[in-house]
Amino acid sequence: MTETCHSQWQYNFAFLDENTKRMLRRALLKAVAIPGYQVPFGSREMPLPYGWGTGGIQLTASIIGQDDVLKVIDQGADDTTNAVNIRRFFARVTSVATTSSTAAASLIQSRHRIPETPLRPGQIMVFQVPEPEALRTLEASEVETRKLHAHQEYGLMHVKLYEDIARFGHIATSYDYPVMVNQRYLSSPSPIPKFDNPKLHMSPALLLFGAGREKRLYAIPPHTRVESLAFEDHPFTVQRWEQACALCGSHDSYLDEIITDDAGARMFVCSDTDYCQQQQESKA
Amino acid sequence: MSQPVLSVSGLAKDYGNGQGCFDIDFELYEGEVLCIVGESGSGKSTLLSTLAGRLSADAGSVRFRDRAGSSHELTTLAEAERRRLARSEWGFVTQHARDGLRMNVSAGANVSERLMALGQRHYGQLRETAAQWLEKVEISRERLDDRPTAFSGGMQQRLQIARNLVTQPRLVFMDEPTGGLDVSVQARFLDLLRRLVHDTGIAVIMVTHDLGVTRLLAQRTLVMQQGRVVEAGLTDQILDDPQHPYSQLLVSSILQA
Repeated sequence: MTETCHSQWQYNFAFLDENTKRMLRRALLKAVAIPGYQVPFGSREMPLPYGWGTGGIQLTASIIGQDDVLKVIDQGADDTTNAVNIRRFFARVTSVATTSSTAAASLIQSRHRIPETPLRPGQIMVFQVPEPEALRTLEASEVETRKLHAHQEYGLMHVKLYEDIARFGHIATSYDYPVMVNQRYLSSPSPIPKFDNPKLHMSPALLLFGAGREKRLYAIPPHTRVESLAFEDHPFTVQRWEQACALCGSHDSYLDEIITDDAGARMFVCSDTDYCQQQQESKA
Repeated sequence: MSQPVLSVSGLAKDYGNGQGCFDIDFELYEGEVLCIVGESGSGKSTLLSTLAGRLSADAGSVRFRDRAGSSHELTTLAEAERRRLARSEWGFVTQHARDGLRMNVSAGANVSERLMALGQRHYGQLRETAAQWLEKVEISRERLDDRPTAFSGGMQQRLQIARNLVTQPRLVFMDEPTGGLDVSVQARFLDLLRRLVHDTGIAVIMVTHDLGVTRLLAQRTLVMQQGRVVEAGLTDQILDDPQHPYSQLLVSSILQA
């Protein structure tokens, strides 16, 4: 069945045509050269709607090679709809090996999380970004936000954090928490929980960010300083849980709260399914 | 006091159809309020925007002396430098508070924004400074966390003043700041403004078409007509003994009431 499909209409390797991939790689080189800077690119029509990861898919398609091993996660899990579909898409159009193991993967596409297992040099993470402009909620004009980046005028971002403290008593922004990359560009880390922000700092792996609808990509190269914004008297903190994971007993992973019946019973489990499984296996 | 904060000579902004402002010369000193009056379309706001660098000048020079005493030629200044001056040395108060405020964040955040832009990163101190400034402009400190949308027009305008003066600028541009306010609110607003100017020693350039405002606040006045300054001098002189026919018309038509 698969073979007849292939003979009837052959897709190019990794779906995109070679010229598009070259355009993307050129933009990626610029992004790596200027950490945190948003590089415009010609986003293509993809076989799924905007908001489902078209930016991330295009980046992955432009850098994936025959020898790569691909892992795709959505909310930390390998078995959710978006992850399954994107993984199957690349398996079909590239025939590269896929995995759910963070350690075994050379290329990881993610929607909301950075895996708990520490990344290693040589790995590449691709993030699907809905809104690459961290200042957008406060400044609607693209002309103005680009000027703010050019002149490094980032006081505005602190207005948002100020507003958080004034209203909630603490910095209530818990995901997409703004970061300063390489002490120069203010960036949105895509909707990862702020729990994962410290993993961006001096990461040994290359981190690439793609926003398909907004047609922007940016990068955090390995071993780059990434600082989460904060106030002197309200420093940056990450989420902590009183519970341990109900399945693997881990105390230091990011936990999802799951409601288990109609009476309001709930359990906390790791959002990173691969990590959770490893922990369970090592205990068994 | 000996050196002017702003000296303007031969300034022109030409829209190409005879509109704009032409041959503007004046000097402005610390602690001085200069009013620019004239009818609608006489080039007052164009002049103000050109001085503030929001429009590019076509001829002439504008020299600004900053706090440190160094002089900047504003007509040829690089944008980065102009924006730095705009944050630290200038204020701009607009006619409609909505244009000058962030309506979707609290009053405290509005006042603190410029301080944060200048690098202050201590929440407690920012908040205290903001509260003090609210009190200076006669807004209760309980309103610190309210959004400007919950404020009356007069309060919004006072909040705008606080937001601009919090960094203690040397020069504040005002574009008809009393335009949308009723008479009693206007009077209190002008009173407050006069006190702040007196206390802080800032220089103010204010565009207005209300000669009452001019008489209350300004030491000196420029009268504009069709893009040109037709009369300039001490406010009292111009209002009591206008020389140019247009100034005479303006004074007689407004002060009669």
